[in-house]
Amino acid sequence: MDIATFLVQCLNAVQYGLLLFLVASGLTLIFGIMGVINLAHGSFYMLGAYLAFALSPVFGDQFMLRLLAGVALAAVFGYLLEWAFFSFLYQRDHLQQVLMTYALILVFEELRSILVGNDVHGVPIPPWLSGGFRLGGLMEYPWYRVFASVACLVVAVALYAVVNRTRLGMMIRAGASNRDMVRGLGVDIRHLYRIVFAGGVALAALAGMIAAPLSSVYPNMGASVLIISFVIVVIGGIGSITGALIASLLVGFVDTFGKVLPQPWDQFSGAGIYLLMAIVLVWRPEGLMKRAV
Amino acid sequence: MPSDAVTAAAAGAQASDPPDIAGLPDIGRREAGGWLVPAAAAAVVAVLPFLVSPYAQDLIVRMAIVAIFALSLELLVGATGLVSLGHAAFLGIGAYAAVLGSGDSGAPLYVLLPLAVGGAALYAAFVGAFSLRTRGVYFIMVTLAFAQLAYFVVHDTKAGGGSDGIFLYVKPVLQVGGTTLLDLGERLHLYYAVLAALVGTYAFIALLLRSRFGHALDGIRVNEQRMRAAGFSTTPYKLAAFIVAGGLAGLAGFLLAVKDGAVNPELLSWHESGAVLLMLILGGIGSLRGAVIGAVAFTLLKELFQSEALVGPLASHWQLTLGLTIIAFVAALPRGLIGLGARLRGAARG
Repeated sequence: MDIATFLVQCLNAVQYGLLLFLVASGLTLIFGIMGVINLAHGSFYMLGAYLAFALSPVFGDQFMLRLLAGVALAAVFGYLLEWAFFSFLYQRDHLQQVLMTYALILVFEELRSILVGNDVHGVPIPPWLSGGFRLGGLMEYPWYRVFASVACLVVAVALYAVVNRTRLGMMIRAGASNRDMVRGLGVDIRHLYRIVFAGGVALAALAGMIAAPLSSVYPNMGASVLIISFVIVVIGGIGSITGALIASLLVGFVDTFGKVLPQPWDQFSGAGIYLLMAIVLVWRPEGLMKRAV
Repeated sequence: MPSDAVTAAAAGAQASDPPDIAGLPDIGRREAGGWLVPAAAAAVVAVLPFLVSPYAQDLIVRMAIVAIFALSLELLVGATGLVSLGHAAFLGIGAYAAVLGSGDSGAPLYVLLPLAVGGAALYAAFVGAFSLRTRGVYFIMVTLAFAQLAYFVVHDTKAGGGSDGIFLYVKPVLQVGGTTLLDLGERLHLYYAVLAALVGTYAFIALLLRSRFGHALDGIRVNEQRMRAAGFSTTPYKLAAFIVAGGLAGLAGFLLAVKDGAVNPELLSWHESGAVLLMLILGGIGSLRGAVIGAVAFTLLKELFQSEALVGPLASHWQLTLGLTIIAFVAALPRGLIGLGARLRGAARG
């Protein structure tokens, strides 16, 4: 592998990892604060991708406007969903939540099939982000991927600032470490849950919207992202944003470089991230960053 | 220590972070009607082939195999409190062992069955040795990871046949001295073999749970720390339960491979692991009957919603109807289908 290929792979790994971070950060917060194992989180990623597809004729070249509109719609959707389906689940045990969110996956997939159909759709890259820059002699790296990385990075920094520097973030962190104590101190935990859930949905949908032009839009696209996000949440430690970031990048690198392994090892590339997770958990059974947001 | 004292010792103290399933009733308890209810149900199923169509017989065989699979997971989830989201790996390994062991020319039943069960149990020993270091949600995820590992090995390597899977060319036969005792290629032979396997699995787990071993598992589910304080080395117990559950799932996989005549990697996918967990929750965790009822109900519901004759054009949208039905179940039945009976009895008493 020459140096230019290596660089491109590194850029791809970072970009993929950051994208996963957007999905996983919402999942880890919902998991850590609300205690809900949300199997439907991958569906929100899919929702974002299909929103990007559906909104692109509406907004035309207004790419940023489209992203904002999509995020806003997804957040409202998440807020309503929490109210309708999740608010009565907190008193139940985890397994009931697993059952409920599994059922939601089925419902979302079928609604997607009824509303949009089962075809694979492409989503156009905005003109000002088309093309790429030269890397080494022959390689060209697309500007859109650079944009994707930067956008995810900006969101990650913003998320970090919100969680660590605002009053809302303080409540979120407190909720992650001791839910009952937060409730005891007079915080309206139900409202906090609803905001966290809406935020998580918006983050996952944003990831889906950013990924849509790269991966195209297709049925069941949420499933693989869901499982990888769970792997990230567990590697990072449940409820930890920093852990999720580190784990996302690790997974991005392992997955990207696993695919360029020489034969016959490339046969096992799909298993790489699961091996990573098994190793991390045998080493640290509660993830890299246990319960520290 | 007598077995009742084991459970009593565990029940006393509060764990610092009790798992959700700790509060469930003792799975080894006597349920209404004792062993008569499952025995009567088995007797009814045994005469059904003379009454129903081959299509229905096929459906019953599938439900029975799925029920064995669900029972094997119940030993982990309901009895020991270990929620595994990777149980399909053992089902798949059992199925693949049967097909790979059979090869082009076939192999006798007494070779293939131990191969399938043993292979699954062996992988369970490996997975258990690592995953039992973790607990709770982390355990769920590590079991998932190891299942995905197995999934990618059969999906991506040449030996596993790739995403298309492999055919089972010769159905296994049990012969003694030239006479065929059991030919699993015959519909009725398979029917009764599967029914016998289900009855055997049910009875085996029921007896296991009444033994000292079963009470120790119950104690571990309720409060593991206290069990350790009472002098039990809990990890070997959990590992043994994990291996037995894996082996029984391998049995289900073997039967599934024989019934379908083919295997594919989707048998090991997390969808399967999720579905079997759903069956337990649907039926009601903490009851062997619940596991069987859940398996039957889930398979029937799926079959019903996919059948064009019954639901018309909705059949192509079966995921929607199944999903909404499950949501309604969750909202209405916190204890699963098995809790419905108790609730009705309570209502009748006023």
